[in-house]
Amino acid sequence: MITVARKELKILFSTPLAWVILALAQCVLTWVFLAHLDTFLRIQPQLVKIANPPGFTEMIIVPLFAMVAVVLLMITPLLTARLIAEERRNHTLTFLVSAPISMTDIVLGKFLGMMIFFSAVIAMAVALSMSLLAGGPVDFGVLLGNVAGLFLLSACFAALGLYISALSAQPATAGAGTLGVLLGLWIIDNVADDTNDGIARNFSLLAHYEGFNRGVIDTFDLAYFALFVLVFLTLSIRRMDSERISA
Amino acid sequence: MTAQIASPTLSVSGLRRYFGTRAAVHDINLELRRGEVLGFLGPNGAGKTTIMRMLTGNLAPSAGVIKICGIDLLDKPREAKACIGYLPEIPPLYRELTVSEYLTLAARLHRVKKVKIAAALDEVVRRCGLNNARSRLIGLLSKGYQQRVGIAQAIIHDPDVIIFDEPTTGLDPNQMRDIRSLIRELGAKRSVILSTHILPEVEAVCDRVQILHEGRMVFSDSVGGLKQKRVSLEEVFVQYTMNIEYPANL
Repeated sequence: MITVARKELKILFSTPLAWVILALAQCVLTWVFLAHLDTFLRIQPQLVKIANPPGFTEMIIVPLFAMVAVVLLMITPLLTARLIAEERRNHTLTFLVSAPISMTDIVLGKFLGMMIFFSAVIAMAVALSMSLLAGGPVDFGVLLGNVAGLFLLSACFAALGLYISALSAQPATAGAGTLGVLLGLWIIDNVADDTNDGIARNFSLLAHYEGFNRGVIDTFDLAYFALFVLVFLTLSIRRMDSERISA
Repeated sequence: MTAQIASPTLSVSGLRRYFGTRAAVHDINLELRRGEVLGFLGPNGAGKTTIMRMLTGNLAPSAGVIKICGIDLLDKPREAKACIGYLPEIPPLYRELTVSEYLTLAARLHRVKKVKIAAALDEVVRRCGLNNARSRLIGLLSKGYQQRVGIAQAIIHDPDVIIFDEPTTGLDPNQMRDIRSLIRELGAKRSVILSTHILPEVEAVCDRVQILHEGRMVFSDSVGGLKQKRVSLEEVFVQYTMNIEYPANL
């Protein structure tokens, strides 16, 4: 499993794709970060007058992490599309299947590799937040809640992307499919916003992240994320196994 | 020790595979011992690749038992697969990796012990003549070198059973000769299954030959036996695979 994860990362980082994505993500995040910092500094004199003024954390870190969630949503299809579809196209899947490892090892290894990459993106956002320590205190509780939330959210993205990649023979199809489904799961949230607390909202990935974003960890959100990851990883393994039997 | 030599490294019985209702492989029995090279012949679409994919766990059989070194492939796939080396028709190469990165990966996947990886790598690189290509990217290698990397990946963990699906297609005569002598060398202590369309190759390399037609084993004999009877392999091949009114088909 770890061998597969290492292989995924090695191949990912041997192409410019991973580096371009990391660089662009960092650009976007820094831009958002600086914009919020600017606003905060401008309205700070007025904030002081309020009894319990919002600090760095509420004004900068929370919106920054909300943006990280969107950035992760956008880059997921680019990275997960190739996971299995490309191996199938290049006939390298045989290499993994013939090796003395199980399908579970292959799928979990690929998932793990993806998560390590996503951790790098999350780490970049954490590093940006840490730079605020130079100017004052940061609420580490909220920061930690955000990191945990992003981690779970990206696990969901990776599991879904992996499954769609297992379904398709071409990376481009898998990428388009994943982007479509992820956007769909995001839009549900926007539609549901008006009605508030509708059933549709319960299915939205980003809606479940909102709690974490504010620093509230809800068991319902935790269960949703855990179930989401579990379902799609299981489906991927089953899909790969059934290919051996019926294809 | 004698028991180990005598026991078959690969034994297959009643192997069948259906694609939908079409039987691609029909009741195949096979036994292979250490030090034997078996040539698999047959027209395109006869089921050679399907059998090889089943033997390596890439395809689940519809019926039948596959035992590798006495281990059931379907019951204990991990243990059984550890004894096989497989080179598919299209070598499964990661173009983005260098030769040594790729072979190290193959060694790790096949559970070669960490301390032995470097030695195993040196050994296959020497055997397959890859010494001056070690740090080159696989995607930039010529077809002949890529084929050799494919062979290297199949033998790096020193398997007992080696399965090569058309290993010499697209190679020039010199490379073919090199690979044939490598197969001979490998076959001295292990079991090798070789599928090919090149009949002289079978005569040069194999101990035994089996001809497959429409998913059935239609002919099986030792290469030495054929030579004694003074029949050419080509005659046999044509006789068994051109037969239009093949009885069991009707």
